[in-house]
Formats: sequence, C-alpha cells, structure tokens
Amino acid sequence: MYKNLKWRILLIIALVLGAVALAYPLKEKIALGLDLQGGMHLVLEVKVDKAVEASLERLADDIKRDIGEEDLEVDRIKAIFDTLQINIRMVDEVDLPPVKKVMESYVFFKLVSEDSDGLGLVYQMDQDQVKQIQENAVSQGLETIRNRVDQFGVSEPTIQVQGERRILVQLPGVKDPERAINLIGKTARLEFKLVDEENSLQQALSGSIPEESEILYTRKENKETGEVTKEPYLLKKRTVLTGETLTGAEVRFDGDFNEPYVALNFNSVGAMIFHEVTRENIRKRLAIVLDDNVYSAPVIQDAIPGGRAQITGQFTSEDARDLAIVLRAGALPAPVVILENRTVGPSLGQDSINKGINSIIFGSALVVIFILIYYKLSGAIAVTALSLNIVLLTGALAYFGAALTLPGIAGIILTVGMAIDANVLVFERIREEIKIGKTVRAAIEAGFSKAFRTIVDANITTFIAAVVLFQFGTGPIKGFAITLCIGIAASMFTAVFVSRTIFDGTMSRKKLDKLSI
Amino acid sequence: MQLFKNETHFDFMGKIKPAMVFSSLLILVGLISITISGGLKYGIDFAGGTLVQLQFKNPPDIEVIRDGLKTIGLGDSTIQEFGSKKDILIRVEKSEEKLEAVGAMVRRSLSGEFNIEEITLERVEMVGPKVGRDLREKALLSILYAIIGIVIYISWRFELQYAIAAIIALIHDVLVTMGAFSIFDKEFTLVIVAAFLTIIGYSLNDTIVVFDRIRENLRRKGKFSTTDIINASINQTLSRTLLTSGTTLLVVVALFFFGGEIIHDFSFALLVGIFIGTYSSIFIASVFLVYWDSRRTAHR
Repeated sequence: MYKNLKWRILLIIALVLGAVALAYPLKEKIALGLDLQGGMHLVLEVKVDKAVEASLERLADDIKRDIGEEDLEVDRIKAIFDTLQINIRMVDEVDLPPVKKVMESYVFFKLVSEDSDGLGLVYQMDQDQVKQIQENAVSQGLETIRNRVDQFGVSEPTIQVQGERRILVQLPGVKDPERAINLIGKTARLEFKLVDEENSLQQALSGSIPEESEILYTRKENKETGEVTKEPYLLKKRTVLTGETLTGAEVRFDGDFNEPYVALNFNSVGAMIFHEVTRENIRKRLAIVLDDNVYSAPVIQDAIPGGRAQITGQFTSEDARDLAIVLRAGALPAPVVILENRTVGPSLGQDSINKGINSIIFGSALVVIFILIYYKLSGAIAVTALSLNIVLLTGALAYFGAALTLPGIAGIILTVGMAIDANVLVFERIREEIKIGKTVRAAIEAGFSKAFRTIVDANITTFIAAVVLFQFGTGPIKGFAITLCIGIAASMFTAVFVSRTIFDGTMSRKKLDKLSI
Repeated sequence: MQLFKNETHFDFMGKIKPAMVFSSLLILVGLISITISGGLKYGIDFAGGTLVQLQFKNPPDIEVIRDGLKTIGLGDSTIQEFGSKKDILIRVEKSEEKLEAVGAMVRRSLSGEFNIEEITLERVEMVGPKVGRDLREKALLSILYAIIGIVIYISWRFELQYAIAAIIALIHDVLVTMGAFSIFDKEFTLVIVAAFLTIIGYSLNDTIVVFDRIRENLRRKGKFSTTDIINASINQTLSRTLLTSGTTLLVVVALFFFGGEIIHDFSFALLVGIFIGTYSSIFIASVFLVYWDSRRTAHR
C-alpha cells in the first residue's frame, strides 16, 4: 500500500519547488492588476464611419480632378454620406459617356442609377471597400496610439484591438491620466487652410457663410478656471496641405521670450506644395488647423522654401511636447471616443494591497486556529496542505502570467475557506468509519476513497461557475475567476493527494492505534 | 472536538412547511423591496455613468461639494462618504464619451471651495451607456450559462430530478441575496455578478454533498422511506456542512471587515449568499426530491 510513497513525496516536493521557482521573487513574478498598482484602463471606440466619410470625400475630390483633366464640364460632384454614394451632375449629356469611362478606373464604385434627364450619375461605394476602410481605420488607429504611448513613456502598456472597432489601452502606473487621455485620443488631423479674406467674417457669423468657406474657432482654455474663450475665423474649406506630409515635429523655444513652439518638417512633396502655396499667397493669412481648432493664422510674409513651418500658440512646454508627439506619431485615421475608463491612483492601489493582505492573514489565521482546535494533529496535516495550496496557487498565477487583482485577492481568501472543505469531508468520513469500529488504517483508507467522489462533484460545480465567469469577465473579474479556478484545482490536489501522502507517510513509520482527529 | 457528540437526528423533513413559509417570506420581502425601489439598482457598470473617488485632507462638507459640482453640469449626482469622512465618492449620471478626463474636471470644479492641492483623485470609473448595455446582457447570459452548465453536469452525475432540485435551491439563493441587496440599498456591479456566480457554485457545493449522501444511502435503502433516508443523509452530513460553511464564513467575515470599501459589497454578497446557500442545501433542495418521490410512488 505504501510502495508509491517515495514517488508521491518526490512529486509533491518537485511541484512545490517548481511553484516556488516560478513565483520567486514575488514582486517580479506576480503581475499586479491595474486596480492594485494604479493605472488607467481605457476602451476606445474608433468612429470608423468617419473614416469612410473622409475617404468618400477624398475620392469625390479625385474624381473631380480626373474629370476636370479630361476637359469635361461638371455641374457638381457630391458625396452623399448616408448612402455612401457619389452623385455626378453634368452640364451636357454628351459628356456622360466619357465620364463613365473615367469612372471605370474607380473599381470599387458601381453605377447604380442614372438621372432621368440624362445628366446625372449615381455611383455606389462597394461594401467590401467600406469594410476595408473600416478595418484599416482600426488597425492604423492602433498603430498610431501605440506610437504615441511609446513616445509618452509608459512602461509595459497594453494596446490591443477588442472586437471589431474597439481599442483597449492599459497604462499601468500612469501619473497624469488627464494628459494621457488627451495624448491618446486626439485625432491630430493637421490641416493648413487659407483665410477667406474676400468675404466678411461678420456676415458669415450672422448666417450667410459662402459655399466655399467655413467658420472655425481658436479655442483657448484657461487652465486655472477651466474657462474657454473662442475666437472665430472664416477659412476656405479647401485644405492646401495636411499633416500626412510631415516628417518631423519637435519642440523649440523662441529666442526672445523663451516661449515654446512646435517646429514642423515636411517631406519633399509637402515642401513643394508649401512653397507653392506661400509663394502664391503672400500677404494673405494661412491658418494652421488641428482637429478643427485654429491654432494660429499668421500672415505669409514671403515664399517659404525648404519645407519648414511652426505652430505657435500659448503653450506650456508640456502642451508643446504632447503636440509634437501626436504630430510625429501621425493622425488617427478616424476620431475615437471613450467607451470605458477606469483609473486608479497609486495610493489607492497600495491601500487595496495592504487591506487585501490583511484580510488574507486574518482569514487564514482564523481558519488555521479553528481547524487545529477541531481536528488536532490531523488538523495540522490539513493546515500543511493548505499552505502548500497557497504556494501552488501562487506558482500557477505566475505561470499563467495572470495579473493579481483585488477581486483576485478575494479569490485567494475564498480558496483558503473552501480548500478546507475537502479536508473536512475526508476527516468527517474518517471519524464515521472509526465510529463503526474500523482500524485507523482502514478508516483512513475508506475515508479518502469514499469522500473522493463527493469532493470532485462538489468542486466541479464551482469550477463551472468560475470558468463561465472567466469567459464573461473583464480585467479584475477575470483575475478573480482565474484564482478561483486554480484555487479549486490546487485545493483538490493538496487536500486529497498531499494530505493522504502525509497520513500514509506517518502510518508507514509507526502503527497507530488511535488517530488524533 | 466535535460539533455534535452523537449522531444527530433532527427532523429536517418535518420542518418543510415552516422552511417553505420562511423562504417564501424572505423572497417576497426582497421582491417587494425591489418593486418599491423601481427595479434593481444598477451601478455604473450596467447603467453607464461616472464614478469619481476623491480623498480630501480634511473632512469636507458634502453640500459644498454639491455646489461646486453644479458649475460643470454633469447631470444628477450622488455624493457620499466612502469608508471614511475624508473619502468621498461622487457618482454622476452622465458618461462623457468625449475626450475629457471627467475625474480631473470634477476635481477642478472644486477649486473655488477647497484648496485643490489637498484633494487627491483616487479613482475614476466611466462606463458609456453602450458598454453598460453590453455588460448587462453579458452578465445575464453568464449566469444563465453557469446554470445550464451545472444542470448538465448534475444530471449527468446524478439524475435530472436532482439537477432540478439543485437549481431551485440555487435560484432561491440568488433571489434572496438580490432581495437583501435591494433592502440594504446596494448597487449591482460587475463584481457583484462575480459574487453571485461564486454563490451559485458554492451553494451547489453544499447541496451536492448532501445529494451524494442521499444517493449512497438510497442504494441500501432497506425498509426506510425516502423521507427518512433524506433526513438521515442531511443529519450525517450536517457537521460537515456547518463546518465548511463556517470556515468559509470566517474568511469572508475577514474580507468584509478588513478588505476595504471597494470590495465591501462583494463580501456582503458572499456573506449573505453563503448563509442562505447553507440553509437552502439543508431545507430547500431536498424538499423537492421528497416531493418527486412522493409523486412517483403515488403514480404506482
């Protein structure tokens, strides 16, 4: 009966050593969840429809250009966002066949209808193309955010796509959550637009905005009071240059007042366009617009070759630094909104850790004292099994790389309470068997074998619940589910296998007439 | 040491009627409380909204905070102490999808009334309405899946009628705990759903130990009636049932008192759930086994 004893003891020792090796040193091996170490958990939704709209608008512009190059006269070309269609109206019906020919090169547009007067065509964007744009918006958005976070300097961030259009961002230990949100979430669409100086801003403000122009604002926020002041500008709708041609952006300081500004560098294409625009519009004003906010609208003094520009504004050096980061990392292909934000400060996290550890200590102490009084020496065996259980649980947590969360700590505490259950089942059985007159050895044998099936059945239901919880849960809940699962598995092993081995080990040394139980 | 010196012979099955009345009352009171308060009280996880936890250097006046908050117009807000007079939990209905750090905004809104350096932003939880809806659905489904999984397992290991009896006991436990939550005006959050799933698993744990013994005893039934067998089985497992619930309660009590405010409601749910789960595995689950058996014998 005891012939496997040596091997069983070796197996237990090996497992325990393995667990210790996995989990030591604790501080490095056990990752703490955001709720314990402090940090920020964001779920963003990418407004993919905006990316589709932007793409449709760009294509409408391209089509306009192509048709213009063929010397065909168009009345108007309009992108219709609701239906994702492009509507082309011609002046003369003889132009229709050549327009159709031009459109043949736009493979993901299908002609869906022609106006009855023979002057209009309606093209529909292909559904596959729409899907492609949406997918790209999410994956590029992810890349851009990763870039920004890398430059922001957070250790071990998690940035991943969740579902179809959500991006999960986790920033452990982030010091200034407000700044992080601004940095991550800013679309950072940089545009240069000419100020409309032919029309009056006053008239536009009172409602008659010229078709080719729009009103945008400079938004200044007083950091102390949170008060926002706005200054309107009448700008040409057409964007002369975008941030796509940027090769660099960095913070510099103005020599006279030591004011920070952001210096921009364009690639050769951007530099060429910038040169051309500035040469043709001397004495006019060029507005620098970021996400529809006008940063500044300086007067063009002279043609600017070499592809350099600068954004000034009343920046703090931190603002300027963040702006440079987002410009360098590039614009998000579509705006994002925050669906979920959970941020925990570092002091609260530490507080939770302390309280969690206190509860583990108090809870375990109560259980240990109770079991020792109730089951005496056999209780000591149960307590040994329980300690090994905790060691194995910790090792397994390290092995699976599961982050320890506050509910996870609760899971450990619960495991301590429940792990004793298996021992209780066995011990109560042994007592029953002794009562009906069995020898100590036979009673132990019968106790373990009879209780075993009950232990399995009873634990598997909790296990099922824990697995479901793992599937459904997010962050902290997952942490709870995983500690519960591991805890159940470990407790079945320690309470049945380890306790049994200790009993057998003791019995093999001396024959007991009476069991301390 | 032993809980009971000799084998106990409590007549649990004789107490079926009072137990049923007691349980019905508990559930009824809970349901009435839920109805009066207009349904379950959802936390921001399920309702959407924003939770901001601030720590002040000196205990602040809640009314002054309320006035400060009005300046930023975030909709209805509830303000309460959270564990101590210095820790304040603010819940606003609105969840800002816009890229604003609501927590920082709330903190700043108090700059007129307080020295802002003395306010620490401890925690912000913002859940958008869309996510809230998703989570609500997921939570319900998860409880459903857990129940289905357990029914399948128990009917496989035992028989279908055992499974149904177990599920009835389990629904009983969940209803009572839900009622308790409503009566004590506590919120339903993700963590509470986790506690419920744990209660489901745990409550069954007890039930199964009893069922296992019933099944074992039924095999050598002899001259005894099913009711007697069930009664004897509950008595035989009684000290074990009370012991395990006892040790689990010990640790949950430790968690309740030392675990801190954040998991206070979680430990509360477990406390109630384990209590009720133990009671139901003794009084409720087996009742239905007796009921079925009596119908089966009546049919013959």
